[in-house]
Amino acid sequence: MTIPYRPIAFGLFALAFAALLFERAQAGGSHFFPPVSDPVVREECGSCHLAYAPSMLPARSWQRMAGDLKNHFGDDASVDTATTARITDYLVANAADTGGRRHGGKLLRGVPAADAPLRITELPRWVKEHREVPARDWKEARSKANCLACHRGAERGDYDD
Amino acid sequence: MNSSQATLLTLAIALSLAARPASAAARDELLADYAVTAKKNNPAFAGFSAARGGVFHRKSFAGGKPDTPACTSCHADDPRAAGRTPAGKAIDAVAVSVSPTRYVDPAKVEKWFRRNCQDVLGRECSAQEKGDWLSYMLSR
Ligand code: HEC
Ligand code: HEC
Ligand code: HEC
Repeated sequence: MTIPYRPIAFGLFALAFAALLFERAQAGGSHFFPPVSDPVVREECGSCHLAYAPSMLPARSWQRMAGDLKNHFGDDASVDTATTARITDYLVANAADTGGRRHGGKLLRGVPAADAPLRITELPRWVKEHREVPARDWKEARSKANCLACHRGAERGDYDD
Repeated sequence: MNSSQATLLTLAIALSLAARPASAAARDELLADYAVTAKKNNPAFAGFSAARGGVFHRKSFAGGKPDTPACTSCHADDPRAAGRTPAGKAIDAVAVSVSPTRYVDPAKVEKWFRRNCQDVLGRECSAQEKGDWLSYMLSR
Protein backbone atom coordinates (compact mmCIF):
# COMPACT_ATOMS: atom_id res chain seq x y z
CA MET A 1 0.00 0.00 0.00
CA THR A 2 1.33 3.45 -0.84
CA ILE A 3 0.58 6.19 1.59
CA PRO A 4 -0.38 9.52 -0.03
CA TYR A 5 1.99 11.65 2.01
CA ARG A 6 1.59 14.83 0.02
CA PRO A 7 -2.20 15.16 0.25
CA ILE A 8 -2.00 14.28 3.93
CA ALA A 9 0.69 16.84 4.56
CA PHE A 10 -1.25 19.44 2.64
CA GLY A 11 -4.43 18.61 4.55
CA LEU A 12 -2.64 18.92 7.86
CA PHE A 13 -1.12 22.19 6.82
CA ALA A 14 -4.50 23.61 5.79
CA LEU A 15 -5.98 22.45 9.06
CA ALA A 16 -3.24 24.05 11.13
CA PHE A 17 -3.60 27.27 9.18
CA ALA A 18 -7.36 27.34 9.70
CA ALA A 19 -6.89 26.68 13.40
CA LEU A 20 -4.41 29.54 13.60
CA LEU A 21 -6.80 31.94 11.87
CA PHE A 22 -9.64 30.83 14.11
CA GLU A 23 -7.60 31.35 17.23
CA ARG A 24 -6.48 34.79 16.11
CA ALA A 25 -10.04 35.78 15.31
CA GLN A 26 -11.07 34.75 18.79
CA ALA A 27 -8.11 36.34 20.52
CA GLY A 28 -8.62 39.55 18.54
CA GLY A 29 -11.69 40.66 20.49
CA SER A 30 -11.87 40.69 24.24
CA HIS A 31 -15.06 38.68 24.10
CA PHE A 32 -14.03 35.04 23.91
CA PHE A 33 -13.16 33.26 27.15
CA PRO A 34 -12.88 29.48 26.68
CA PRO A 35 -15.50 27.80 28.87
CA VAL A 36 -14.56 25.24 31.52
CA SER A 37 -13.81 21.94 29.79
CA ASP A 38 -13.11 19.78 32.85
CA PRO A 39 -16.31 17.90 33.81
CA VAL A 40 -15.49 17.90 37.53
CA VAL A 41 -14.91 21.65 37.58
CA ARG A 42 -18.08 22.19 35.58
CA GLU A 43 -20.05 20.11 38.06
CA GLU A 44 -18.56 21.55 41.26
CA CYS A 45 -18.19 25.17 40.15
CA GLY A 46 -21.12 25.40 37.76
CA SER A 47 -24.17 24.45 39.84
CA CYS A 48 -24.77 27.66 41.79
CA HIS A 49 -23.70 29.98 39.00
CA LEU A 50 -22.15 29.81 35.56
CA ALA A 51 -18.82 27.94 35.72
CA TYR A 52 -16.74 31.09 35.33
CA ALA A 53 -13.99 30.96 32.73
CA PRO A 54 -10.59 30.38 34.37
CA SER A 55 -9.04 33.00 32.07
CA MET A 56 -11.01 35.73 33.85
CA LEU A 57 -8.88 35.72 37.02
CA PRO A 58 -5.15 35.32 37.67
CA ALA A 59 -3.77 32.07 39.08
CA ARG A 60 -3.18 33.64 42.51
CA SER A 61 -6.90 34.47 42.75
CA TRP A 62 -7.96 30.91 42.02
CA GLN A 63 -5.45 29.66 44.55
CA ARG A 64 -6.81 31.99 47.19
CA MET A 65 -10.40 31.06 46.40
CA ALA A 66 -9.69 27.32 46.43
CA GLY A 67 -8.02 27.75 49.81
CA ASP A 68 -11.29 28.72 51.47
CA LEU A 69 -14.22 27.14 49.66
CA LYS A 70 -16.01 26.63 52.96
CA ASN A 71 -16.56 30.39 53.17
CA HIS A 72 -17.34 31.14 49.56
CA PHE A 73 -19.32 34.39 49.30
CA GLY A 74 -21.49 33.24 52.19
CA ASP A 75 -21.91 29.73 50.77
CA ASP A 76 -20.22 26.46 51.52
CA ALA A 77 -18.69 25.32 48.23
CA SER A 78 -16.24 22.91 49.84
CA VAL A 79 -15.46 19.51 48.37
CA ASP A 80 -13.05 16.74 49.42
CA THR A 81 -9.29 17.31 49.29
CA ALA A 82 -8.63 15.37 46.09
CA THR A 83 -11.41 17.18 44.23
CA THR A 84 -10.22 20.55 45.54
CA ALA A 85 -6.71 19.78 44.25
CA ARG A 86 -8.03 18.80 40.83
CA ILE A 87 -10.16 21.93 40.55
CA THR A 88 -7.31 24.18 41.70
CA ASP A 89 -4.88 22.63 39.20
CA TYR A 90 -7.29 23.18 36.35
CA LEU A 91 -8.13 26.78 37.23
CA VAL A 92 -4.50 27.70 37.88
CA ALA A 93 -3.29 26.11 34.63
CA ASN A 94 -5.86 28.03 32.56
CA ALA A 95 -5.80 31.34 34.43
CA ALA A 96 -5.56 34.82 32.93
CA ASP A 97 -1.81 34.92 33.53
CA THR A 98 -1.01 31.31 32.66
CA GLY A 99 -2.56 29.09 29.96
CA GLY A 100 -5.49 31.43 29.38
CA ARG A 101 -3.34 34.53 28.88
CA ARG A 102 -4.30 34.99 25.22
CA HIS A 103 -7.92 35.41 26.25
CA GLY A 104 -7.87 36.97 29.66
CA GLY A 105 -5.02 39.45 29.25
CA LYS A 106 -6.98 42.68 29.09
CA LEU A 107 -9.21 41.85 32.01
CA LEU A 108 -6.18 41.98 34.30
CA ARG A 109 -5.31 45.56 33.40
CA GLY A 110 -5.12 47.70 36.48
CA VAL A 111 -4.94 44.75 38.88
CA PRO A 112 -1.85 45.18 41.10
CA ALA A 113 0.43 42.12 41.03
CA ALA A 114 0.12 41.78 44.80
CA ASP A 115 -3.69 41.60 44.71
CA ALA A 116 -5.63 38.36 44.38
CA PRO A 117 -9.18 39.60 43.65
CA LEU A 118 -11.94 37.05 44.17
CA ARG A 119 -14.55 38.76 42.05
CA ILE A 120 -14.42 39.12 38.28
CA THR A 121 -17.10 41.76 38.71
CA GLU A 122 -14.72 43.94 40.73
CA LEU A 123 -11.85 43.93 38.24
CA PRO A 124 -11.31 47.54 37.07
CA ARG A 125 -11.56 46.45 33.45
CA TRP A 126 -14.84 44.59 34.03
CA VAL A 127 -16.28 47.61 35.81
CA LYS A 128 -15.23 49.81 32.91
CA GLU A 129 -16.83 47.53 30.30
CA HIS A 130 -20.09 47.61 32.26
CA ARG A 131 -20.21 51.31 33.11
CA GLU A 132 -22.98 52.00 30.65
CA VAL A 133 -25.25 49.12 31.52
CA PRO A 134 -28.58 50.66 32.60
CA ALA A 135 -29.86 50.16 36.16
CA ARG A 136 -32.96 48.39 34.86
CA ASP A 137 -30.79 45.62 33.36
CA TRP A 138 -28.90 45.13 36.63
CA LYS A 139 -32.15 44.83 38.47
CA GLU A 140 -33.45 42.25 36.05
CA ALA A 141 -30.26 40.19 36.27
CA ARG A 142 -30.52 40.35 40.11
CA SER A 143 -26.77 39.85 40.48
CA LYS A 144 -23.76 41.13 38.58
CA ALA A 145 -22.45 37.58 38.80
CA ASN A 146 -25.39 36.42 36.68
CA CYS A 147 -23.48 36.84 33.41
CA LEU A 148 -25.99 34.61 31.61
CA ALA A 149 -28.78 37.12 32.06
CA CYS A 150 -27.11 39.45 29.57
CA HIS A 151 -24.57 37.26 27.79
CA ARG A 152 -26.63 34.44 26.31
CA GLY A 153 -23.51 32.78 24.93
CA ALA A 154 -21.61 32.84 28.23
CA GLU A 155 -21.74 29.04 28.61
CA ARG A 156 -19.87 28.83 25.31
CA GLY A 157 -17.42 31.52 26.36
CA ASP A 158 -18.98 34.14 24.13
CA TYR A 159 -19.41 37.65 25.61
CA ASP A 160 -19.99 39.42 22.35
CA ASP A 161 -23.47 40.77 23.11
CA MET B 1 -23.58 -5.39 11.86
CA ASN B 2 -20.19 -6.94 12.58
CA SER B 3 -19.46 -8.92 15.68
CA SER B 4 -17.83 -6.14 17.68
CA GLN B 5 -20.78 -3.87 16.99
CA ALA B 6 -23.09 -6.63 18.09
CA THR B 7 -21.07 -7.05 21.27
CA LEU B 8 -21.25 -3.32 21.96
CA LEU B 9 -24.97 -3.25 21.39
CA THR B 10 -25.51 -6.21 23.70
CA LEU B 11 -23.35 -4.52 26.27
CA ALA B 12 -25.29 -1.27 25.98
CA ILE B 13 -28.59 -3.07 26.39
CA ALA B 14 -27.30 -5.04 29.34
CA LEU B 15 -26.01 -1.84 30.95
CA SER B 16 -29.24 0.04 30.46
CA LEU B 17 -31.20 -2.84 31.92
CA ALA B 18 -28.84 -3.14 34.85
CA ALA B 19 -28.83 0.61 35.49
CA ARG B 20 -32.50 0.93 36.33
CA PRO B 21 -32.79 -1.38 39.29
CA ALA B 22 -29.37 -0.18 40.49
CA SER B 23 -30.55 3.44 40.72
CA ALA B 24 -33.74 2.42 42.51
CA ALA B 25 -31.69 0.28 44.88
CA ALA B 26 -29.32 3.16 45.63
CA ARG B 27 -32.28 5.37 46.56
CA ASP B 28 -33.86 2.66 48.70
CA GLU B 29 -30.59 2.24 50.53
CA LEU B 30 -30.29 5.96 51.17
CA LEU B 31 -33.85 6.12 52.50
CA ALA B 32 -33.21 3.06 54.68
CA ASP B 33 -30.12 4.79 56.14
CA TYR B 34 -32.15 7.92 56.92
CA ALA B 35 -34.86 5.74 58.50
CA VAL B 36 -32.33 4.10 60.86
CA THR B 37 -31.12 7.52 62.02
CA ALA B 38 -34.66 8.91 62.28
CA LYS B 39 -35.68 5.98 64.45
CA LYS B 40 -32.63 6.48 66.65
CA ASN B 41 -33.47 10.17 67.12
CA ASN B 42 -37.13 9.52 67.72
CA PRO B 43 -38.36 6.08 68.84
CA ALA B 44 -41.90 7.06 67.77
CA PHE B 45 -40.75 7.45 64.16
CA ALA B 46 -43.25 5.62 61.96
CA GLY B 47 -41.89 6.01 58.44
CA PHE B 48 -41.43 8.85 55.99
CA SER B 49 -44.27 10.85 54.52
CA ALA B 50 -44.26 12.36 51.04
CA ALA B 51 -47.06 14.70 52.12
CA ARG B 52 -44.94 16.04 54.98
CA GLY B 53 -42.05 16.37 52.51
CA GLY B 54 -44.22 18.52 50.26
CA VAL B 55 -45.07 20.85 53.12
CA PHE B 56 -41.40 21.05 54.12
CA HIS B 57 -40.43 21.85 50.52
CA ARG B 58 -42.63 24.98 50.54
CA LYS B 59 -42.28 26.10 54.14
CA SER B 60 -40.57 29.42 54.96
CA PHE B 61 -37.95 29.24 57.69
CA ALA B 62 -36.41 32.10 59.64
CA GLY B 63 -33.04 30.60 60.63
CA GLY B 64 -31.21 30.69 57.31
CA LYS B 65 -30.24 33.40 54.86
CA PRO B 66 -32.80 36.14 54.36
CA ASP B 67 -32.87 35.75 50.57
CA THR B 68 -33.41 31.97 50.68
CA PRO B 69 -36.11 31.25 53.29
CA ALA B 70 -37.43 28.08 51.58
CA CYS B 71 -36.38 25.22 49.34
CA THR B 72 -38.59 26.91 46.79
CA SER B 73 -36.32 29.98 46.84
CA CYS B 74 -34.22 28.00 44.34
CA HIS B 75 -36.14 24.85 43.43
CA ALA B 76 -39.50 25.35 41.75
CA ASP B 77 -42.69 25.16 43.80
CA ASP B 78 -43.75 22.36 41.46
CA PRO B 79 -40.79 19.97 41.67
CA ARG B 80 -41.40 18.89 38.10
CA ALA B 81 -40.40 22.35 36.88
CA ALA B 82 -36.89 23.79 36.68
CA GLY B 83 -35.61 26.08 39.41
CA ARG B 84 -33.08 28.91 39.56
CA THR B 85 -30.32 29.99 41.95
CA PRO B 86 -29.90 33.59 43.16
CA ALA B 87 -26.97 33.93 40.73
CA GLY B 88 -29.26 32.97 37.87
CA LYS B 89 -28.22 29.40 37.15
CA ALA B 90 -31.05 27.08 36.10
CA ILE B 91 -31.58 23.95 38.22
CA ASP B 92 -33.08 20.84 36.65
CA ALA B 93 -36.35 19.64 38.14
CA VAL B 94 -35.93 17.76 41.42
CA ALA B 95 -38.86 15.36 40.89
CA VAL B 96 -37.62 11.91 39.94
CA SER B 97 -40.30 11.51 37.25
CA VAL B 98 -38.62 14.34 35.33
CA SER B 99 -35.01 13.81 36.43
CA PRO B 100 -34.65 10.04 36.74
CA THR B 101 -30.90 10.16 37.39
CA ARG B 102 -31.24 12.05 40.67
CA TYR B 103 -30.51 10.76 44.19
CA VAL B 104 -28.41 7.79 43.10
CA ASP B 105 -25.15 9.27 44.41
CA PRO B 106 -25.44 9.49 48.23
CA ALA B 107 -22.37 11.74 48.50
CA LYS B 108 -23.96 14.23 46.12
CA VAL B 109 -27.29 14.13 47.93
CA GLU B 110 -25.60 14.67 51.31
CA LYS B 111 -23.44 17.49 49.93
CA TRP B 112 -26.46 19.43 48.78
CA PHE B 113 -28.57 18.73 51.87
CA ARG B 114 -25.66 20.08 53.91
CA ARG B 115 -25.37 23.27 51.83
CA ASN B 116 -29.05 23.90 51.16
CA CYS B 117 -30.34 23.18 54.66
CA GLN B 118 -27.72 25.60 56.00
CA ASP B 119 -28.93 28.24 53.52
CA VAL B 120 -32.62 27.73 54.30
CA LEU B 121 -32.83 26.62 57.95
CA GLY B 122 -29.44 27.77 59.24
CA ARG B 123 -28.80 24.20 60.44
CA GLU B 124 -28.53 20.67 59.14
CA CYS B 125 -31.74 18.93 58.19
CA SER B 126 -32.73 15.98 60.36
CA ALA B 127 -32.85 12.48 58.91
CA GLN B 128 -36.62 12.66 59.13
CA GLU B 129 -36.75 15.90 57.11
CA LYS B 130 -34.40 14.49 54.48
CA GLY B 131 -36.37 11.25 54.18
CA ASP B 132 -39.70 13.07 53.92
CA TRP B 133 -38.37 15.46 51.28
CA LEU B 134 -36.84 12.62 49.26
CA SER B 135 -40.05 10.60 49.51
CA TYR B 136 -41.94 13.57 48.15
CA MET B 137 -39.54 13.89 45.20
CA LEU B 138 -39.77 10.16 44.51
CA SER B 139 -43.56 10.41 44.48
CA ARG B 140 -43.66 13.28 41.99
C1 HEC C 1 -23.01 26.33 46.86
C2 HEC C 1 -23.00 27.30 45.79
C3 HEC C 1 -21.69 27.63 45.12
C4 HEC C 1 -20.75 26.76 44.62
C5 HEC C 1 -20.78 25.25 44.66
C6 HEC C 1 -19.71 27.59 44.03
N1 HEC C 1 -20.03 28.90 44.14
FE1 HEC C 1 -18.96 30.47 43.41
N2 HEC C 1 -20.31 31.76 44.19
C7 HEC C 1 -21.44 31.41 44.91
C8 HEC C 1 -22.14 32.59 45.30
C9 HEC C 1 -23.43 32.64 46.11
C10 HEC C 1 -21.40 33.69 44.79
C11 HEC C 1 -21.75 35.18 44.89
C12 HEC C 1 -22.68 35.46 43.73
C13 HEC C 1 -23.23 36.86 43.69
O1 HEC C 1 -22.53 37.81 44.02
O2 HEC C 1 -24.37 37.00 43.24
C14 HEC C 1 -20.26 33.13 44.09
C15 HEC C 1 -19.31 33.88 43.42
C16 HEC C 1 -18.23 33.35 42.72
C17 HEC C 1 -17.26 34.16 42.00
C18 HEC C 1 -17.26 35.68 41.87
C19 HEC C 1 -18.28 36.16 40.86
C20 HEC C 1 -18.12 37.65 40.63
O3 HEC C 1 -18.87 38.43 41.23
O4 HEC C 1 -17.23 38.02 39.83
C21 HEC C 1 -16.35 33.29 41.46
C22 HEC C 1 -15.16 33.66 40.60
C23 HEC C 1 -16.75 31.96 41.87
N3 HEC C 1 -17.90 32.04 42.62
C24 HEC C 1 -16.07 30.81 41.54
C25 HEC C 1 -16.43 29.54 41.99
C26 HEC C 1 -15.61 28.36 41.78
C27 HEC C 1 -14.26 28.33 41.12
C28 HEC C 1 -16.31 27.32 42.32
C29 HEC C 1 -15.89 25.86 42.39
C30 HEC C 1 -14.79 25.57 43.24
C31 HEC C 1 -17.56 27.85 42.85
N4 HEC C 1 -17.58 29.19 42.64
C32 HEC C 1 -18.56 27.07 43.45
C33 HEC C 1 -21.87 30.14 45.17
C34 HEC C 1 -21.21 28.97 44.82
C1 HEC D 1 -26.94 43.41 33.33
C2 HEC D 1 -26.32 42.87 32.15
C3 HEC D 1 -24.91 42.28 32.24
C4 HEC D 1 -24.44 41.38 33.15
C5 HEC D 1 -25.16 40.77 34.33
C6 HEC D 1 -23.09 41.09 32.76
N1 HEC D 1 -22.75 41.80 31.63
FE1 HEC D 1 -20.98 41.75 30.64
N2 HEC D 1 -21.62 43.21 29.39
C7 HEC D 1 -22.88 43.74 29.37
C8 HEC D 1 -22.95 44.74 28.34
C9 HEC D 1 -24.19 45.56 27.97
C10 HEC D 1 -21.66 44.82 27.76
C11 HEC D 1 -21.18 45.72 26.65
C12 HEC D 1 -21.48 45.04 25.36
C13 HEC D 1 -20.51 45.38 24.30
O1 HEC D 1 -19.82 46.37 24.39
O2 HEC D 1 -20.45 44.57 23.37
C14 HEC D 1 -20.84 43.83 28.43
C15 HEC D 1 -19.53 43.56 28.11
C16 HEC D 1 -18.78 42.52 28.64
C17 HEC D 1 -17.47 42.12 28.22
C18 HEC D 1 -16.66 42.79 27.13
C19 HEC D 1 -17.07 42.20 25.81
C20 HEC D 1 -16.35 42.80 24.63
O3 HEC D 1 -16.72 42.45 23.53
O4 HEC D 1 -15.46 43.62 24.83
C21 HEC D 1 -17.10 41.04 28.96
C22 HEC D 1 -15.82 40.25 28.86
C23 HEC D 1 -18.19 40.77 29.88
N3 HEC D 1 -19.20 41.67 29.66
C24 HEC D 1 -18.18 39.75 30.82
C25 HEC D 1 -19.17 39.58 31.77
C26 HEC D 1 -19.09 38.59 32.83
C27 HEC D 1 -17.95 37.62 33.03
C28 HEC D 1 -20.23 38.71 33.56
C29 HEC D 1 -20.61 37.94 34.82
C30 HEC D 1 -19.61 37.85 35.85
C31 HEC D 1 -21.03 39.78 32.96
N4 HEC D 1 -20.34 40.27 31.88
C32 HEC D 1 -22.26 40.19 33.42
C33 HEC D 1 -23.93 43.39 30.18
C34 HEC D 1 -23.85 42.55 31.28
C1 HEC E 1 -29.64 28.69 47.22
C2 HEC E 1 -30.35 27.84 46.27
C3 HEC E 1 -30.93 26.53 46.80
C4 HEC E 1 -31.83 26.36 47.84
C5 HEC E 1 -32.46 27.44 48.73
C6 HEC E 1 -32.09 24.94 47.91
N1 HEC E 1 -31.36 24.27 46.95
FE1 HEC E 1 -31.23 22.25 46.73
N2 HEC E 1 -29.92 22.50 45.20
C7 HEC E 1 -29.46 23.71 44.73
C8 HEC E 1 -28.47 23.50 43.70
C9 HEC E 1 -27.72 24.58 42.92
C10 HEC E 1 -28.35 22.10 43.55
C11 HEC E 1 -27.40 21.35 42.63
C12 HEC E 1 -27.81 21.41 41.20
C13 HEC E 1 -28.51 20.21 40.72
O1 HEC E 1 -28.43 19.14 41.36
O2 HEC E 1 -29.16 20.31 39.66
C14 HEC E 1 -29.27 21.50 44.51
C15 HEC E 1 -29.44 20.14 44.70
C16 HEC E 1 -30.16 19.58 45.71
C17 HEC E 1 -30.14 18.17 46.04
C18 HEC E 1 -29.31 17.08 45.34
C19 HEC E 1 -30.03 16.52 44.14
C20 HEC E 1 -29.35 15.32 43.53
O3 HEC E 1 -29.54 15.15 42.33
O4 HEC E 1 -28.64 14.60 44.22
C21 HEC E 1 -30.95 18.00 47.13
C22 HEC E 1 -31.23 16.71 47.86
C23 HEC E 1 -31.50 19.31 47.44
N3 HEC E 1 -31.00 20.24 46.57
C24 HEC E 1 -32.39 19.55 48.48
C25 HEC E 1 -32.82 20.80 48.88
C26 HEC E 1 -33.71 21.04 50.01
C27 HEC E 1 -34.30 19.96 50.90
C28 HEC E 1 -33.86 22.39 50.13
C29 HEC E 1 -34.65 23.16 51.19
C30 HEC E 1 -34.30 22.85 52.56
C31 HEC E 1 -33.07 23.00 49.05
N4 HEC E 1 -32.47 22.00 48.33
C32 HEC E 1 -32.94 24.37 48.86
C33 HEC E 1 -29.83 24.96 45.18
C34 HEC E 1 -30.67 25.21 46.25
